[in-house]
Formats: sequence, C-alpha cells, structure tokens
Amino acid sequence: MAEKLLVEAVNDALHVEMERDASILVLGEDVGKLGGVFRATAGLQERFGADRCFDTPLAEAGILGTAVGLCMAGWRPVVEMQYDAFSYPALDQLINHVGRYRWRTRGAMSFPLTIRMPYGGGVRAPELHDDSPETYYVHTPGVKVAIPSTPADAKGLLAAAIRDPDPVVVLEPKLHYRTAKQEVPEGEHVVPLGEARLAREGTDVTLIAYGAMIPLAERAADALEGEASCEVLDLRSLKPLDEDALLASVSKTGRAVVVQEAPRVAGFAAEVAAVLAEKAIFDLQGPVLRVTGYDVPYPYWQIEDAYMPSVERVVDAARRLLAA
Amino acid sequence: MSQVLPAEGGLRRVIGDGESLPDGEVEGLGDAELLALYRDLVLLRTYDERSVVYHRQGRIGTYAIFWNHEAMQAGAAFALEERDWIFPSYRESAIGLVRGMPASTVLSWWRGHPAGWWNPEDSNVASICVPIGTHVPHAVGFAWGSKLKGEDRVAIAFFGDGATSEGAFHEGATFAGVTKAPAILFCNNNQWAISTPLAEQTAAPTLADKAIGYGMPGLRVDGCDVLAVYEATRDAVERARAGEGPTFIEAVTYRSAPHATADDPSIYIDPERVEEARESECVGRYERYLVRAGVLTEETIESVKNEALELMRAGIAEAEAEPPADPGLVFEHAYADPPATLADDLAELRRILGG
Ligand SMILES: Cc1ncc(C[n+]2csc(CCOP(=O)(O)OP(=O)(O)O)c2C)c(N)n1
Ligand SMILES: [Mg+2]
Repeated sequence: MAEKLLVEAVNDALHVEMERDASILVLGEDVGKLGGVFRATAGLQERFGADRCFDTPLAEAGILGTAVGLCMAGWRPVVEMQYDAFSYPALDQLINHVGRYRWRTRGAMSFPLTIRMPYGGGVRAPELHDDSPETYYVHTPGVKVAIPSTPADAKGLLAAAIRDPDPVVVLEPKLHYRTAKQEVPEGEHVVPLGEARLAREGTDVTLIAYGAMIPLAERAADALEGEASCEVLDLRSLKPLDEDALLASVSKTGRAVVVQEAPRVAGFAAEVAAVLAEKAIFDLQGPVLRVTGYDVPYPYWQIEDAYMPSVERVVDAARRLLAA
Repeated sequence: MSQVLPAEGGLRRVIGDGESLPDGEVEGLGDAELLALYRDLVLLRTYDERSVVYHRQGRIGTYAIFWNHEAMQAGAAFALEERDWIFPSYRESAIGLVRGMPASTVLSWWRGHPAGWWNPEDSNVASICVPIGTHVPHAVGFAWGSKLKGEDRVAIAFFGDGATSEGAFHEGATFAGVTKAPAILFCNNNQWAISTPLAEQTAAPTLADKAIGYGMPGLRVDGCDVLAVYEATRDAVERARAGEGPTFIEAVTYRSAPHATADDPSIYIDPERVEEARESECVGRYERYLVRAGVLTEETIESVKNEALELMRAGIAEAEAEPPADPGLVFEHAYADPPATLADDLAELRRILGG
C-alpha cells in the first residue's frame, strides 16, 4: 500500500476502474489535457485516449444530459462538475431525468452514471466555490449520494459509485484534497455504499458527520477528552444510509450531535435527527443537536470561519447534552 | 448603422501597425477623448499588473487576471453613458474603475472582505458574476425593464467564449431578441475557457454567427484594438437607443496570462502563441497609435502611468486598512425581514466565540 492524498486516491480509482471496464467514460470541463482544475483526472486522457476522457463545452446541463444519452447507448459515464455551485445548471437534468429515467422505463433501462465534484468551504475562495449541495442531491429520488472523508474511502466509494447500477453523486471534500493523506489499497478497492465507518469509538456521545466535517468532529472529540468519551460516526453514504450503524451508536451513547456545513433548514442533519426521533427516541437522553452552517449565503471568505461549524461549536453542543 | 445578418466576416480594426497596415480613425473622437480612453486603459492595466503582484505577496486571494483584455473593457465602457448599466463577469472585476469606483473596493472583493461587495446603483455596475453566463439574462431583463419604463438606458453584459455554451446565455440572448431589449451581449473571445480551446467549445465558424439564431446582428471586432471595440459598441448603443434591439459583439483576443492565479497554463497552452499575443498586446498598441498620431508624448505616458500606480498604492493601502469584518455580518443582508432563528444563531455564535 502506498500513501496517497485524497485527490490522488480519486485519480487512482478512476485509473483502476477505467482499466477494468472499457465502457467507462470520463467527461467534464477541463478534465482532459489539464486533468481537471484539481488534477483529479490527471493522466486519464494520456492513458485511455481522448475518446474515453474528454473536455466538454462549458455547459453543465449539457454534460449531464449527454451522460444520460451515453448511458442509453451503453456507456458508463463518470462526469465531473468543476465545483459544487457550478453543478446547479445540471439540476434540471438530474431531477427530471437522471433520477427518473429508470422508473420511466419501468426498470428496463439502467443509468449507471456517476457525478463527482469537489465540494465545501474553508478554502478562502471567491464567491460560489464553497457550497455543500448534498441536500439537493439526496432529496432527489432515484439518486444515491456518497461523501468520503479519507483517501481510502475516496477511492473505494468512487469505485462503488461507478459500479453501481444507479446514478450516484460523489461529493469530494476539496478542503482535504491535499491535506488528508493515508495508506490506500492498491488496485481494485471498493467500499460498499450504505456502510458507515466508526471513525472513533466512545461511550458518552455520538458525533455524526461526513466528508470535511469528520476531521473537525475528531478534533472536537480530542478537545473533550477527559471530560467525555466521544464516538465519531462517519456516515460515508447519505443514501443509502446505514441506519443500523447510526442506531447502534446512539443507543449505546444516548446522545447525538449531527454536524454538517450546509445550511441548516432541511439539511441532511435534519434527516438524521428525524431517523433518530422515529427509531431511537427511547434510547436518547436528550435532544438531537445540530451544528451546521447558517441559513444565509456562504459568506465572504474573511469571515467564512464564523459560518463554518467549528470545534468550539461542536464541543459546546456536546457539553450541553452531557450537562442535561 | 444598418448591419445585416449574418455576422460580419472579418474583424473590425482601426489601429494599424505603423508599417504596412494603415491607421484609421474613429469619427467623433477628439484628442481629449483619445487621451481619456488611454487613461482608462492604463488604469485597468495597472490594476491588473499590481493585482498579480499583490496576490504573490499574499495581499489578495485568488485573482482572475485580465491582462490583454483591457481594450475590450475600456473600449466598450467608453461607448456608454453613465446611466447605462454594466453586468461584468469575474474577468471584468475592475471595470467599475473607469466609472470612478475606488480601487480599494475591487481589491477588497478579491481579499474576501465585505467592503468589496458594492452597491450596483453607485456606479451602475452590477455585482461580479461568478457562475458562467448566468448574468446574461439579468442584463437583458434590466434593459427590457428600462425600456418598459420608457427610460433610455442600455445594458451590456460581458462574458467569455466559453459562456456561449451555457444555457443561460442562449436563454438570455433569445429573450433579448424577442423583447428587442436595448442590450449588448459582449463576448470576450479570448479563445480559451480555462484549458478548453475555442475549437472544442463550439463548431460554429465564429461566435458572432450565433447571433443570427437570436435575430440580432453579430459584429466581430479585434479585441486588442480599443478603437475598433469602441466603435462597434457605439454602433450597438445607437441601435439600442433607436429601439432596434440587441447586438452581439464578438471581440477577439488571445488569453496571454493564466486563467487565474491558481492556474498553470503550461500544461495546455502553446507558449509561442502566447508570446505572439503578448507582443501585440492592446495597451502598447494604442499607445503607439497615439504617439504616431501626435496625441501622446513620453511625458504624458509617464504621468498617466504614475497616476495609475499612485491610485493603486492608495487603493491597496485603503483596502488593507479596512477593519476586520465582524462575524455578525454573516447573518446580515440575506433577507429584508429575516426569520427569527438568525438572531438566535448569532446570539449563540457570539456566546461561543466570546467564551
Ligand atoms: C456555471 C459555471 N461552470 C463552471 C465554472 C468554472 N469556470 C470558471 S471560469 C471558466 C471558464 C470560462 O471561460 P470563458 O467563458 O471563455 O471566460 P474566460 O474565463 O476565458 O474569460 C470555468 C469553466 C463557473 N464559474 N461557472
Ligand atoms: Mg475565454
């Protein structure tokens, strides 16, 4: 096993999967010669040719719409959206077609496409390079969503997404593209969708998060050491959601703090809280607390830290639960 | 002007090369106007070059360089009246400078400081648009709305060659044609969208050819020739004011700097072609033209450049002197009448930050 950065693990997954399956195509803005603005697709065009990894015109609805047609012609497209907020022009295709076409054919046709994109804030970027759009995707019937937090999971979840018969959106935490580093299994490596990862075992409170919020939750757990034993649950897959892991952890600790950087209202943390309310309410010793971004546009980067969930806010929420 | 469809073939040009290509001139521009236009060009060039330095020094964040795009911005803006509105993309971030917007404001935008988020009504320059092409319908709506009110105001949207692939561009252009909005769709064709060359962006012979599909004239102009840009835009403004509707202008240049400070073009661009473009860059071309015409002296050149440098020095000092933004600003301005939860959120955040 070699150590890889998160973005290198993504690149590795694409190489391995394209090698394995000649029906996989990679398309998107600047993914070819440049290898993507984050270099996630670097080397693919050289290795597999311009027919299998190609630059598209600057049109996200066109990218996703043609991917639907490519599926119908028997290909397995992996499309890159250059940034979170720039995927929005494709939402019409996503909601009205990607998520419905299989159903529309009464299951006769499959749409095994993958949409991957960097997401999230904290990168000191100009406006609209910071969004956490998972809710839009997870709210769309017919579409699955995965969000890795580690290099190994970035590789394994992307491989699972590519192999999955359904459309899968994979959001990659750009904040950790080049800071998260870890041993990543060589060759084929698949992390099944729908399996959470216990990032840290604990007994007093469960910090539930995904993607870029996992390192933050771990730092909060560190900060609470001696005071409380925190369990950190990395959901990894938002849909399908590993309810067993969620319920097992919360029934053990009796306390849950859900962390997400997206705005709060109707965000994924609300879904987690609802599942806990429906299925674990008698195991809970207090309310389910959310630490989230706020219901405002993502701010100017000089004050973005005030918007993003912080260790202090997570610790504060955990302490409020422990004191109750 | 009676422009007929389809698009003009060659590029409009006014400035010669001082040798085989003769210089032309633009009717109605006297020495004072020619010099004012030169000042605008130098101002934008200086803003851009200083910004790249400030970025290297860590004084501004990621920055979209517009070197060799100045003639398009200054030339087009010069054809407008103050009451006309400009809808810029990130590439025209500093275009407000030619309307007296303080350099510190634009620098603050690139510094991620709230002082950079200006009021569009101050200089009739809309907010910087980051998502490609999505402001084209805004400009069209503004122009249409002004027309409905009987106001004589033109709107111009600046966008790139890549933007002409986006749905929002097509929809905006379609609306402009149908409503006969007094709008100008100004395409900065620098022949690259980050690493994607024009040939991979469109199969159309020229971008101006697209105009026919929206029922408007398409002009093609040398984007490094500030006078040609001015003249073409003036024609479009005249059409708009005469109630003849929108015009598409394709101004052709060559992106001879990285897409933005974070970009490494060595992976995809031909350095010789860049060198060629740099040699015929737009500010020097206009400067030599004015010297040939006897309008500009070495002395004036120096004083104009010094003036621009001084403005930038003051601008960055002012931007850096802005007090740190209060975290409470996170919760402001999104709503006129905010949900009560925002005040609770702020109170909680202050408690945690304070403790
Ligand atoms: C909707 C959308 N998709 C993708 C991007 C990322 N992006 C920023 S600039 C750019 C290229 C734009 O090229 P062009 O329209 O030619 O303008 P130029 O940058 O060359 O001035 C891309 C793809 C974006 N900002 N918005
Ligand atoms: Mg361009």
